[in-house]
Amino acid sequence: MNQPQERLKDLAVNDSGFVFDPYSGATFSTNAAGLKILAALKDGEPRANIATMLRDTFEVIEGENDIDRDIDEFVQLLKRNYVVDSDFTLE
Amino acid sequence: MKLTVAITGINATDNPGPGITVARALRAHPDFKGRIVGLAYDTLDPGIYASEMIDDVFLIPYPSAGVEALQDRLRYINERVHLDVILPTLDSELPNFIASVKVLDELKIGHFMPTQEQLDLRSKQHLVELGERADLPVPKTKVVNDVSEIFEFKDLKYPVFVKGVFYGAIRATNINEAAAAFYATVAKWGLPVLIQEATHGDEIDVVAVGDGKGGLIGAVAMKKTFLTDKGKGWAGIAVRDPQALDATRRFVEATKWRGPFELEVMKDEATGEINVLEINPRFPAWCFLSAGAGANLPYACTLLAAGQSVNPEDYSTYEAGTMFVRIAIDQIVSLKDFQEIATTGELIRTLAKNPEL
Repeated sequence: MNQPQERLKDLAVNDSGFVFDPYSGATFSTNAAGLKILAALKDGEPRANIATMLRDTFEVIEGENDIDRDIDEFVQLLKRNYVVDSDFTLE
Repeated sequence: MKLTVAITGINATDNPGPGITVARALRAHPDFKGRIVGLAYDTLDPGIYASEMIDDVFLIPYPSAGVEALQDRLRYINERVHLDVILPTLDSELPNFIASVKVLDELKIGHFMPTQEQLDLRSKQHLVELGERADLPVPKTKVVNDVSEIFEFKDLKYPVFVKGVFYGAIRATNINEAAAAFYATVAKWGLPVLIQEATHGDEIDVVAVGDGKGGLIGAVAMKKTFLTDKGKGWAGIAVRDPQALDATRRFVEATKWRGPFELEVMKDEATGEINVLEINPRFPAWCFLSAGAGANLPYACTLLAAGQSVNPEDYSTYEAGTMFVRIAIDQIVSLKDFQEIATTGELIRTLAKNPEL
């Protein structure tokens, strides 16, 4: 399990993909896959579990979709918006 | 709570005084059933005509008229409506009100203001000294009384902000622009002028009330989300910024601040570093957000001014994400009301509205 970062834990997320960071006041919107990743990160799930959850929930075409890359891109997005620290790594 | 509360700063223009929002916060509290008396400087101060917020109005002399003129007027107003509490809300009038504390005490009018020493310490020209005393990071700031001094500061990094003692900030990207801004600032606000290095990041403002013993009654942080062309927040959102709230606590501990204030910080999200830009010794015009977010600080301040005890736990949490979006409306004013305030300097509506008071 990853130790979820405090700021990540405190994100307010609703079912329609609206995300509010109470520390900075920033708001974002994300799609269903993003919501799934966020929820898993807030729970401290490891990378392998997140990938499995995405495979189980969405139609993933092996060879065309690279789930690991998608997860990394999402984490980068969180870093760019200071939701997780710049040295955060997903095990 | 049935109190008669006098509030100044009811000039709700496009750069609004905080008085109307303080009145609105009191009205919004379920336990407040009192009377609100507006103290106005001009017959066209919009708050005079906001009868749903302000019951009665009296004109008071401008601060430049001096302490005695203010005290004479307060004595008269107290005879007319018997004030329980007075809440000054403007920087420029605070010295006269602080100098009138004895008179207010004699008249049994409650107040909750900083001391003159506290007021001086947080002034812009003492910001660096305050930063050292309270361990607060502040931008490099120079106090200038003569334009030639600007050319002597070799260690200042441009751009800078050229600021007046009370209000105003002009951005300057080089020495020549700074010199021009110096003259413009002196013409408007007098000496001294402050030259402050520009800092990067997002501005976060905190409204808070200090208990006068080093403790914090409550604090609500806000990030502006929409600015007017004067740089005033027209919309904002309550945030829970740990660094800004921590700086607020340190300021109160170091100064034992008594009363409301607004702490303005610039935060670099990438590094988490903050710089305290200034501390205003009164409620900001956006303070109704504190009531909307669940920590009604103007109400807390009124209780304290009335000599009642306040439990900081009642004001310790607020709903981050609560937003405000300001609106400008045209009030319809009867000529009768305008005539009355213009000719007599007062407008008494209470008896017609509520004969019990």
